Amino acid sequence: MALDSSSKRVFKVVGTRPPRPDGVDKVTGRALYGADVSAPGMLVGRILRSPHAHARIRAIDTTAAEALPGVKAVVTARDFARLEGDKIIDMGEDRTSLRDVRDNCLARDKALYDGHAVAAVAALTPEIARAALKLIAVDYEILPHVIDVDAAMRPDAPVVLAGRAHENVPGGMSPNVTNHSEFGHGDLEAGFAQADRIVERSFTTAATHQGYIEPHACLASVTGDGRADLWCCTQGQYNVRDICADLMGMQASQLRVTASEIGGGFGGKTVVFIEPVALLLARKSGRPVKIVMSREEVFRATGPTVSASIDVRIGMARDGRITAGEAVLRYSGGAFPCETVDMGAQAAFACYDLRAVRTLGWNVLTNRPKEAAYRAPGAPQAIYAVESVVDELCQGFGLDPLEVRLKNAARKGTKSSYGPTFEAIGLEATLEAAKAHPHYSAPLGPGQGRGLSAGFWFNFGGNTSVSLSVNTDGTVGITEGNPDIGGSRASISLMAAEELGIPYERVRTAIADTSSLGHNDVTDGSRVTFAVGLATIKAARDAKQKMCARAARIWGIDEEAVLWEDGAAKPSGPNAGDFPPMTLAEIAAVSFKTGGPIAGHNEAHADGAGVSFGVHICDVEVDRETGATKVLRYTVIQDAGKAVHPDYVEGQMQGGAVQGIGWALNEEYIYGEDGRLQNAGFLDYRVPVASDLPNIDTVILEIPNPGHPYGVRGVGETPIVPPLAALSNAVSRAIGQRMTRLPMSPPRVLEAINAGR
Amino acid sequence: MKTIQVATTINGDSAEFVCGHDETLLDALRNRLGLTGAKEGCGTGDCGACSVRLDDRLVCSCLVLAAEAEGARIDTIEGLAQGETLHPLQQSFIDLAALQCGICTPGILVAAKALLDRNPEPTDTEIRYWLAGNLCRCTGYDKIVRAVQDAAAKMRSA
Amino acid sequence: MVAVTLWGSLRRFTGGEGQVEVEARNFKELLDRLAETYPGLKPQIDRGVSLALDGRIYREAWFTEIGPDSEVVLMPYMTGG
Repeated sequence: MALDSSSKRVFKVVGTRPPRPDGVDKVTGRALYGADVSAPGMLVGRILRSPHAHARIRAIDTTAAEALPGVKAVVTARDFARLEGDKIIDMGEDRTSLRDVRDNCLARDKALYDGHAVAAVAALTPEIARAALKLIAVDYEILPHVIDVDAAMRPDAPVVLAGRAHENVPGGMSPNVTNHSEFGHGDLEAGFAQADRIVERSFTTAATHQGYIEPHACLASVTGDGRADLWCCTQGQYNVRDICADLMGMQASQLRVTASEIGGGFGGKTVVFIEPVALLLARKSGRPVKIVMSREEVFRATGPTVSASIDVRIGMARDGRITAGEAVLRYSGGAFPCETVDMGAQAAFACYDLRAVRTLGWNVLTNRPKEAAYRAPGAPQAIYAVESVVDELCQGFGLDPLEVRLKNAARKGTKSSYGPTFEAIGLEATLEAAKAHPHYSAPLGPGQGRGLSAGFWFNFGGNTSVSLSVNTDGTVGITEGNPDIGGSRASISLMAAEELGIPYERVRTAIADTSSLGHNDVTDGSRVTFAVGLATIKAARDAKQKMCARAARIWGIDEEAVLWEDGAAKPSGPNAGDFPPMTLAEIAAVSFKTGGPIAGHNEAHADGAGVSFGVHICDVEVDRETGATKVLRYTVIQDAGKAVHPDYVEGQMQGGAVQGIGWALNEEYIYGEDGRLQNAGFLDYRVPVASDLPNIDTVILEIPNPGHPYGVRGVGETPIVPPLAALSNAVSRAIGQRMTRLPMSPPRVLEAINAGR
Repeated sequence: MKTIQVATTINGDSAEFVCGHDETLLDALRNRLGLTGAKEGCGTGDCGACSVRLDDRLVCSCLVLAAEAEGARIDTIEGLAQGETLHPLQQSFIDLAALQCGICTPGILVAAKALLDRNPEPTDTEIRYWLAGNLCRCTGYDKIVRAVQDAAAKMRSA
Repeated sequence: MVAVTLWGSLRRFTGGEGQVEVEARNFKELLDRLAETYPGLKPQIDRGVSLALDGRIYREAWFTEIGPDSEVVLMPYMTGG
């Protein structure tokens, strides 16, 4: 649906900052998250995990565990339904094979990474469950493993899975290479020939974890007549239902999945891990089963990002014009195939208007947990590498990095580095706002550095269903199907109130279970405020039309002679007659007498999400004795299209930026020689804490998205993209050495400082 | 396994429960007393989501044995509001959007209350260091610090 | 005829052409014609693709109409977090 033609529209409700509807529950401890529910007769489920990075499973003997008093069920991969063929399913991250999802939930023939689930038990108590796990005898044949993406591409590397390469992978490569892509346009060598300087650098980024504070948790109940209920923390209950039903050999209609409140996801809860296992245990034991992961399990077995190795080559003319850009991206999404590198290869140069650009992407299997999406999956790594090289070129020519970005910025009409021509976009305005911001011209002290980076994400829409009911007391209930991660119930209520012309306080938005509303795609791709908002506006328009029809009947005039304005039906036009307006409440009060309940609804696939750009400015100070980096000042500037609830737009910008700061400075998966993860806890995997950070200043720009009636763009993912390069550029400038590895942990920074001495 | 009987005071009310000898206070609160406001984010004292007060001392309830509650006074998130009336910290967190997913919020509120009890006029830096044991992955802490300041100012002028 | 721009790694399946022309009025017809004319593209189309029409990206929209002067770009199936 296109932007409303009245582009100078004055919003009454949208753009205000009312309290969120789930606020009181969440500040009083009343809100129920994944681990907070129980069922009568409930058993405790626990999972046995591989201690090996790579091992063939010769046999699993569960007889001793089954014989332990208090154990009610033991399951392995053999308990899943037989899959007739395979199918591709949509799991937020990418299109994943259902077999791979199954084999990740419980390993079948091989354990593919340290922490890979191999069996599970359900028992009366946690103590019995733990004891039972020790009684399960797994006969492993330990295989050589490979952790590093570049090592895994070598022809002699241990093979994680064979026969999984797409047709797009040229012959003769390691079987670990499963996907290849190439994007770009123009004559690269001619472009480089025009350059006055060419910089070529190689970068690596570590795998990082989404780090949601709530571990995965679920409660499953299966009855003897083939019905089941599942309560879980997820970004998408419909996908959980469809996948679990397939793996259980159930009808989707007989499995009802209810999404609990969700304690963070960031992409990592778009997939299933324990949910099918809990269902298997519940079916086998005949009792409800609850599984809650420990933090160690979350780190070892749920989705980190890809780890990456990237080469970038950029040519620049003396005046700052980029003449050509090239990047080769090698991503590992862990032990199962994924295509995240396609997104990185498309996003790498998206901020630039280039005549010659080429990116090559390779996905490589390694003995790491299967990657799950994490805010703008694939883009932060690629843009980090490109923005680092652009910064180095600016330094080399003594040019202002903002001016150079403005000179080369993609704008409306630019042929993007990934193919299509951009519609109205906000990069130029975002860069101008950065230039005008006092942060950019503030003086720096000795030993300090300022870094700048632009960032980009596509944003998506997707399948969406919304139902809107007009209650007889003049209030409105909205039923939508996307778990609320960051305040979306508030923004959906705001859009409904705006459209209907009623106060926000009269609208309540609830999130449906899978039996109560049609399909909704996962809460991902920055889609909810855009797509659910779009469907809500359409559902409200549907309800308004019906209310106008009721008023027309009451007045005895044509429906066409009634219009909706300021929350009321009004006669309109020369022959409509002279009737006082009927408010929503007045029409609702008599609805049972005028034809029955009034509701609006919309079901559609939303497209036209509109890409989003951001620019971050970061000041750091580096301690030259310890290598520790202190973030002194941070500013986020981003185009939101239209900020529906500005507090939560700022919240996305601040939260994403801080996750990016963690990625840049500290966070990484560290593996030992044995292929085991060495830092599976918050003590050793250090996410940013409050005392690490300054306030995060935000500037929201509103360049309307032509694909939404209010101009809304997704905002949730873009903010994690620029921090990696903003930090790296700041640290590099502060120490006078170009940093090329993330994270820039103190030992690495110290190493760079010493190398420059 | 032998159980231990514990008599304690929770949010001002006397309470009794039985627990295992190795059971944590967090598990007893959540599983035996139905107080699920304290969350387990890590089980190792690193995230602060399970923060409660034990005789006014701010603790990670995942690192306290349930049996240590004997004769003690425990205060949890469920006791912060007075009936329908929210504590100023709770109100400021809602008003200033200091929560997104909300999983860390109970622990942060309990910790922030402990701070303001000791120091009614903290600096931003003092707030940031006091809350350094409470991880939040959604907000970047900015709005949390502002909300604590807002509540502190309101409490001082009350 | 609609001119469809392909991403680089698909050129192997179109005899080196980065842009191909097919007769199609909407996305469904376009994908069907592409798969018929260039069977090497079929595995990718089956796995999933997106299409950009005049700069706007569509994921699942068989019946989106394509005008004779539209800019059509084939893209991998787009995903987010």
